[in-house]
Amino acid sequence: MASAIAKAIKISQKHLLGIQDLSISDINIILSEAKNFISLNKSKNKKLDLLRGKTQINLFFEPSTRTQSSFELAGKRLGADVMSMNITNSAIKKGETLIDTAMTLNAMHPDIIVIRHQDSGACNLLSQKVNCSVLNAGDGRREHPTQALLDALTIIDRKKKIEGLKIAICGDILHSRVARSNIYLLNMLGAEINIIAPTNLMPKDIGKLGVNPFSDMKKGIKDCDIVMMLRLQNERMTSSFLSSNREYYEYYGLTPDKLKFAKHDALIMHPGPMNRGIEIDTNLADDINKSVIKEQVELGVAVRMACLKIFCE
Amino acid sequence: MKKQYFLNANIVDPHNSIEEIGGLIINENGKIEAVGKKVNKNNIPSREKFIDLNEKYIFPGLVDMRVFVGEPGYEYKENFKTLSNAALAGGVTSVVTMPNTEPVVDNVSIVDFLKRRGRDKSKINIYPTASLTKNLEGTNMTEFGLLKKKGIVAFTDGLKTIQNTRLMSRIMKSAHDLDCLIMQHAEDFELSKGGMVNDGIISTKLGLQGIPDIAEKIIIERDLSLLEDFNCRYHISQVSSSKSIETIEYKKQKVNFTTGVSINNLSLNENDIGEFRTFLKLSPPLRTEDDRESLIKGINKDLIDVIVSDHKPEDEEQKRLTFYQAATGASGVETLLPLSLELFHNGSIKLNKIIQLLTSNPAKILKIDKGNLSTGNDADFCIVDIYKPWIVKKEKIKSKSKNTSIDDKKLQGIVTNTFVKGIELFKI
Repeated sequence: MASAIAKAIKISQKHLLGIQDLSISDINIILSEAKNFISLNKSKNKKLDLLRGKTQINLFFEPSTRTQSSFELAGKRLGADVMSMNITNSAIKKGETLIDTAMTLNAMHPDIIVIRHQDSGACNLLSQKVNCSVLNAGDGRREHPTQALLDALTIIDRKKKIEGLKIAICGDILHSRVARSNIYLLNMLGAEINIIAPTNLMPKDIGKLGVNPFSDMKKGIKDCDIVMMLRLQNERMTSSFLSSNREYYEYYGLTPDKLKFAKHDALIMHPGPMNRGIEIDTNLADDINKSVIKEQVELGVAVRMACLKIFCE
Repeated sequence: MKKQYFLNANIVDPHNSIEEIGGLIINENGKIEAVGKKVNKNNIPSREKFIDLNEKYIFPGLVDMRVFVGEPGYEYKENFKTLSNAALAGGVTSVVTMPNTEPVVDNVSIVDFLKRRGRDKSKINIYPTASLTKNLEGTNMTEFGLLKKKGIVAFTDGLKTIQNTRLMSRIMKSAHDLDCLIMQHAEDFELSKGGMVNDGIISTKLGLQGIPDIAEKIIIERDLSLLEDFNCRYHISQVSSSKSIETIEYKKQKVNFTTGVSINNLSLNENDIGEFRTFLKLSPPLRTEDDRESLIKGINKDLIDVIVSDHKPEDEEQKRLTFYQAATGASGVETLLPLSLELFHNGSIKLNKIIQLLTSNPAKILKIDKGNLSTGNDADFCIVDIYKPWIVKKEKIKSKSKNTSIDDKKLQGIVTNTFVKGIELFKI
């Protein structure tokens, strides 16, 4: 397997800022590379030295549990020196701008910077100012490319394909970078995408991205192979979008009743963290026959290992 | 000063309905002595030296109705001297400055300071506005009458909009009594809250909060409805969308008012923002190509009266940030005319019309005797090679802040000389 991993591969981009920038061939390179790491991550010895001598900086401006630990673990398993910046103690809190921080970090010659930032486009700005590759771990509402890639890998793992599948993405689409990245990626791979949200949480002109918008969940979910639920991002909501969580749950929460409208073998996905009882019924979330939420987390490490390896080169 | 003769020029002076090849004579006092086709080689004294302009254009000095200057409080962005140099390089000889300074222009003592600084440091005509409300807070009116007596030409909260409808009606009533010009930045702040770009496919793709076009339309509708009951001199500072144009067209049948548009909204659209170009974070935001085209139509249908630069200098530090954090606005006074000429070259608007919106129309709205080449008036004018191609380079911008919205843009038409009161203050 090591030889397969070491095989020379070419990707069109220097940075991974968004799915929008990638070609289908880029995506296939990343996904096939990630597949190689799935079994490694299940084996006893999980350590490789592919990135030995490389420095990876995780720059997280927003709190994150799973993405940050996933990237950290991915880097360490590949043998990189991983440094996670603690933003609360950093100069940014003292008024330093993102560009100044970038210049400072750049002077330390990292090989890759993983950034999460609350502002859309922050990773683009960073990428213009540093010499190394930049991986976007989520920027504002814009993109979260590794999440979309791990979602695709999970779907392929279970359904063996993406082309021709009918996929519903449901929830707070307006504030969701996961939704945007998934729309681009699943569209490119040939899925039919239904977007379900109350109109207050639906971005303007979303239909122009080649998806079918629905405000009625039962209609949107009908005959779908995949039901991807999104977290209600209360921390990004500045004014009243919804009357209450319980009304939201009644109309947009995934319950066994609503799931009946999807195909009988439909899979439930959620990027986490979940608001149980708000967007998803707690038993459904834990139903190992239907929910692949844990698998998403597991494959996330493999996808991030693939991205680190590819973009470090 | 010696008498000056300019011959063989293409003279465009919409105020006096002049659009012909002719000459311009400036007397010893810097006033216009004669203008037009009657001024030619045959009827000037043969001993006099003259300048043959080889059919280059003479326009009245531009009147830019929406300019932000950093003085007082933000001198590091722009002061009167740098503003004056930038304006002259663009053929602009009169500017209306916004009251969004620190402190705010909201009382008579600061007007004295402004007039003194303007007179001492700038070579162009400065027309300061004062705020509509104290400290731009949108609650208490400023002293329109006293401020007007000090020389304030118009009242506006500049970047801000009067949100309170009752206050707006009272402002209109006062403005009516005191014959004051009110200029409103039309934006419903609840609808635009947190917004950075036009609400549409671009905001969705970039993941940026959108500003819906209805935020502008609602304030315009509200104000023009109020105006039906409380008539006063009312000017919409800038429009950006086709929805607003529809409202304006409908209301034109009922009330008198005037409308401005930024050259940015006339020349660019939301696609130009590309990947987070913070220099194109503007207010009002750049909208769709359909909106841009409707603004052009609006001009051709006389629904829009004025083109402004919306010159808002911001130092680079305020732009080298994420789109959300970056300051709003672009420097533009010196490219106002060349960029407007693009609309002539691409056949969108006739030349005479463009010059009218840049000179005589704003002067008429402001009730100032500028923006024309009338005999006996100050010789404020510019000479323009309207076909000369050049490329905008932000390093070469004279404004203290280099935040141009059109860096590297290819333009056709450049100001070669600018005169104020008969004195050549800019030469390329």
